[in-house]
Amino acid sequence: MLEAHALECVRGDRVLFSGLDLRVERGTLLRVAGPNGTGKTSLLRLLCGLMQPAAGEVCWGGQPIRRLREDYWRELVYIGHLNGVKDELSVRENLIVNCALAANPVSELQADEALARVGLTGFEERMARALSQGQRRRVALARLYLSAATPLWILDEPFTALDLRGVADLSRLVAGHVRAGGLVALTTHQEVPIDAGAIQRVELGQGSALTRPEDSFQEVPA
Amino acid sequence: MSGLVGNVVRRDLLLAMRQKSDVLNTLFFFVVVVTLVPLGVGPEPNLLRAIAPGVVWVAALLAAMLSLPRLFANDYADGTLEQMLLSAEPLPLIVLGKAVAHWLVTGLPLTVVSLVFGVMFNLGTELTLVMAASLLVGTPVLSLIGAVGAALTLGVRGGGVLTSLLVLPLYIPVLIFGAGAVEASAASIDSTAYFLIVGAIFLFSAALTPWAVAAALRVAAE
Repeated sequence: MLEAHALECVRGDRVLFSGLDLRVERGTLLRVAGPNGTGKTSLLRLLCGLMQPAAGEVCWGGQPIRRLREDYWRELVYIGHLNGVKDELSVRENLIVNCALAANPVSELQADEALARVGLTGFEERMARALSQGQRRRVALARLYLSAATPLWILDEPFTALDLRGVADLSRLVAGHVRAGGLVALTTHQEVPIDAGAIQRVELGQGSALTRPEDSFQEVPA
Repeated sequence: MSGLVGNVVRRDLLLAMRQKSDVLNTLFFFVVVVTLVPLGVGPEPNLLRAIAPGVVWVAALLAAMLSLPRLFANDYADGTLEQMLLSAEPLPLIVLGKAVAHWLVTGLPLTVVSLVFGVMFNLGTELTLVMAASLLVGTPVLSLIGAVGAALTLGVRGGGVLTSLLVLPLYIPVLIFGAGAVEASAASIDSTAYFLIVGAIFLFSAALTPWAVAAALRVAAE
């Protein structure tokens, strides 16, 4: 269970949001919405512990993540704006290296399977330098196919640069993870339909006030 | 745990192999500086023999410093650093791996090339070996302390100059005792004490700098 208590985020001298309370159970998709510059990315970075909140606290399973640190990160996959894909490495090497960094070692075979799932078959040996923006995104997202055992996924604009099929594949993957008891937090501008059961929504940037989870609506599965 | 350090070292070496110009730049700078000195100060053999250890050490120090800005900059720019910060493995170990890899592609080649300079400056076999040995113990300190400077100035514009200002004062003890070991040998004084001091600085920085770098990287990522 992911919780945030009275979270406040300050960038420069601007308060992006304050007093944000969140409570997301496992098996739920958390959608963070709001116009540009309202702190969607900042909220996700606070939730995964890359940034420290100006006030408040983020908890995972009832324990503050500040204290859990590596124990929390073991249960988290974060895919941010930046893909973490190295130009000088081949597609397969990129995936294997990224998984090893996340303490989730995978074999070449597993890596190739995941790459096949994101439609990069035939590109395994290719240097990432030669890839398009969308293909780089796919290399980063391929990690998700190898992270089914990791409960919490935090994805920042995962659909950018993806084509229609890529978007459909990814939303199916996310929905599957949520239904299997995972927790996915994501931001997106497109209204991508994700058939994920419980959906919770946070709306940022309505003045400085913010929709608390009490006001947010639960989308009922179709 | 050692597997993690090994993984990071292997990744960074692979990246260095694919991007050879970075490694060669450092080595080229070292060679050029040392070979230019005799042209500048004149071909007096006794003078050259006397100043050789100092010249080689200063050039090695500057060459190592020249390569520092790249230590974390690429990982920072492409998002790999975020993944390192969120790794389930301890960040100081990842940092240690990066410092080891940095030494393998800068300090170690500089040490090997210094053997040639021993011959060039007519130092004799014994002094040449002492000089190479002092570099072997001293150059890891340059990578470790340099990593602190590189991490502190990450994402700062004009960070290169700032890095130099930060790390130069910390480099000076290694320089004094490293070059001092060779000069002591040249004066037929036992150089053990110098080696012990450089070795102590090495162990001290190996034990502490990874934690300092880890803390600095967390700040830089905010």
